[in-house]
Amino acid sequence: MSESLENRGFIARSMTWINERFPWTPTMEKHASKYYAPKNFNVWYVFGVLAFVVLIIQLVTGLFLTMNYVPTAEGAFGSIEYAMHEVDLGWLIRYAHSTGASAFFVVIYLHMFRGFAYGSYRKPRELIWLIGMGIYLVLMAEGFFGYLLPWGNMSYWGAQVIVSLVGAVPIVGADLAEWVRGDFVLSGITLNRFFALHVFALPGVLVVLVFVHMVALHHVGSNNPDGIEIKEKKDEKGVPLDGIPFHPYYTVHDFFAVMVFLILFCAVMFFAPEMFGYFIEKPNFEIANPIATPDHIAPVWYYTPFYAMLRAVTFPLFGLDAKFWGLVVMAGAILIPVALPWLDKSPVKSIRYKGRISKFMLGMLVISFIVLGYLGTIPPSGFGTATAQIATLVYFSYFLLMPWYTQREKTKPVPERVTGGH
Amino acid sequence: MDETNSSPVTRRYLLIATSAVTTVGAAGAAVPFARSWSPSEKAKALGAPIEVDIKKLKPGEILKPAPEWRGRGIVVVYRTPEAIARLEAENRRLADPMSKRSVQPNYAKNSTRSIRPEIGVYLSQCTHLGCVPKYYGEAKPEQFDTSWKGGFFCPCHGSKFDLAGRVEKNLPAPTNLEVPVHQYENDTILHVGIDTEKFDE
Amino acid sequence: MSRFEFVKWSKYFGGFVVVVLGLSLWGASDSDWELESMKPNLRDKDSLQRGLGLYVNFCLGCHSLQYRRYERTAKDLGDIPKDLMLENVIFTGQPIGGYMKSSMSKEDAKNWFGAAPPDLTMVTRVRSPKWVYNFLKTFYIDDNRPFGVNNKVFPNVGMPHVLLPLQGFAVEDCFGYEAVDLLELESILREKKLEGILTRTDRETTFEPLDPSKLREPNCPELTTIPESGLYNEEQFDQAAYDLANFLHYMGDPSREIRMSMGGYVIGFLVILTILAYLLKREYWKNVPKSPPRVRNEHTSEL
Repeated sequence: MSESLENRGFIARSMTWINERFPWTPTMEKHASKYYAPKNFNVWYVFGVLAFVVLIIQLVTGLFLTMNYVPTAEGAFGSIEYAMHEVDLGWLIRYAHSTGASAFFVVIYLHMFRGFAYGSYRKPRELIWLIGMGIYLVLMAEGFFGYLLPWGNMSYWGAQVIVSLVGAVPIVGADLAEWVRGDFVLSGITLNRFFALHVFALPGVLVVLVFVHMVALHHVGSNNPDGIEIKEKKDEKGVPLDGIPFHPYYTVHDFFAVMVFLILFCAVMFFAPEMFGYFIEKPNFEIANPIATPDHIAPVWYYTPFYAMLRAVTFPLFGLDAKFWGLVVMAGAILIPVALPWLDKSPVKSIRYKGRISKFMLGMLVISFIVLGYLGTIPPSGFGTATAQIATLVYFSYFLLMPWYTQREKTKPVPERVTGGH
Repeated sequence: MDETNSSPVTRRYLLIATSAVTTVGAAGAAVPFARSWSPSEKAKALGAPIEVDIKKLKPGEILKPAPEWRGRGIVVVYRTPEAIARLEAENRRLADPMSKRSVQPNYAKNSTRSIRPEIGVYLSQCTHLGCVPKYYGEAKPEQFDTSWKGGFFCPCHGSKFDLAGRVEKNLPAPTNLEVPVHQYENDTILHVGIDTEKFDE
Repeated sequence: MSRFEFVKWSKYFGGFVVVVLGLSLWGASDSDWELESMKPNLRDKDSLQRGLGLYVNFCLGCHSLQYRRYERTAKDLGDIPKDLMLENVIFTGQPIGGYMKSSMSKEDAKNWFGAAPPDLTMVTRVRSPKWVYNFLKTFYIDDNRPFGVNNKVFPNVGMPHVLLPLQGFAVEDCFGYEAVDLLELESILREKKLEGILTRTDRETTFEPLDPSKLREPNCPELTTIPESGLYNEEQFDQAAYDLANFLHYMGDPSREIRMSMGGYVIGFLVILTILAYLLKREYWKNVPKSPPRVRNEHTSEL
């Protein structure tokens, strides 16, 4: 036995040495070479990996940005411009981070849509879904805190508006807003705490949640476009009949997807980093000015659907003013997907086998989200507000009517084994 | 799993090619981060050459206040003819009299370690651990050396340098005081941090 | 050396560094004036150099470019020699490695006007090069304003028309008040403490009465520059406005050119890697047995 050990190569012997002390090979097998993923993944299944890639980009570029950043009201704007104008390739790192912020939300929204469409939130993946929603909320907070840091005029007024929202909470609102700001106005004090949260606390929480998200996923196994549990049909070795090892099949598959994504990412980063004012808004090229509001305050595009819903509430109710109900609607809209695992009563998971109402409602959800997203970027108008109100109702009805329409509609028969794919 | 359709040879070549190109790409992606650590334009501007006016400098004295270049003091010393004569004569006590191991531009690789014999330009930073050597210009007995011929004395660990910044033997400092690149615009204006040799490169 | 001619020549404008300080009410600028198109060209180093010359002479007195150093600008604009920069561009006695800051102190500006003129390093990113070009071209005489001028693109801008010596007097075609007589116009300008500009045009300015037949419809859709009232003719002034806007476009985004060329190489590289990645994926996936195709129309009849 010891003789055969001697004859093996150095690498093999090293692996043995490591595995006796750390479960390297078993871990790799559990999560890669013996993690069996359904073989019928379609393009919607790459966004989780892409989100992970963007997370890495953000962590690395963010780390290097902090090396030049000064978290004070006096120094913040200048220090960003210093990185842009004077640090060798500093502009590239900054644009990678600002493009990455938007890219993060692009891939996360597509990743979430995948979950909506194929019922990825349903049993046994409820916890994966909840952890994912946690990631989404932390990401929104991360984006919000990060947007203040350049201390541009849109940073300032955007944060001002959102922090004032806290003031809509009855009774304690005003005190609460003051507590969040740590000052009577948004100031360098606020900037300091937002900086600490953005670069230290939230990234840490994010990394932990992403880890837990993946552990939970690898525990129950991936869903697929057919919404079938591949673990129910296994061969004599206990390998799912429709599963293929994640490594090498999905590693080479996802590597290709990541490359395509990076081409698009670089195209934006190098040729249109401001993305026509959607990724970096024009007023953010001038320093924060507490006495001059930009002509039109709009949050960055990834918040605009919810911002539009906030503005759509224009009437008081039960003696509480519209501002408060706007806040409630906005928070509700962000949080309501949390309830999806318990709202969906359909006998099937995937939209492929759900009935027409589900398909229609999902389509309407997407349309209302895009319409709201657009309305949130433009100044309010009578017609816009009415449209936003209708779109808000459509958005909520997708969720609130779900227990009804998923039970009522006729579904198609689900196949025994997965279909389609590559 | 049907293992027969794909060719292991093709797979290996593609794997090698992809890995090689990916490695190049990863190295390329590291470039911006590495380059962002090099001195920025701000650092370069702060480290830009300085202009020193030596009009008021008198024989036997050093320029005060000491000019600063790249965060370090510059000592500009005006040597008397006697001092220059001593520099050329005496070098038995010195560790590196011909400045073979020391840092200086070629035009300062002579016995006075300077462009003009009477004016010496040195970084006032001991080559031992970076303390600032003090100027004791007169040739008279000092507390630390009864046969002192004038020069610089480092208060930290006792290294002694002559008026050309050359270190004495058997003392902690290994080499002579560094000579920064410099040039004269005219008799009274001196530029530190730039010289024609470098400028023409 | 001819390519640096303008930089050299520009020092003769030194006298125009206008000490009249302006308060720009940044932000309130809604205007429906139709903007003329302007295509910046960062390869045109001559234009950028002329823009630099104009900027340091006419704008830098009040508006800093505080995020940029002279040295970097000289390098980017075609390696302008240091001596030429020190002699003709840097009036403030700063070193060449210094930031392009206005010599006016913020305290002074605040004391006199309540606010400092904004930094213009990134004005073309807040606005656009086109906006700056049109802004510079649409000053006109308006005696209701503190500096005797108003602007079509930025109505009621609190800033004097510093390029007036170059452009001359622009008026609304339907010039509303009786001062078609330019001598009266001159007295208005004098009253507004703009006589400094008038006397510094370094030459006799002849004022021709404006032809009343030029008065047109009351909404004043056009501005007319009174011929011979400035150093430049219309074409030359358009060029000057273009050069300034082009220069500020460079200023706002100095990495633009390198970014574009670098982007091309990076994407080219990624395309090669993507092709390899695709081939690799295809080769591996040859081993994966195909699933039956999706049945799409199975129960269209059911509902």
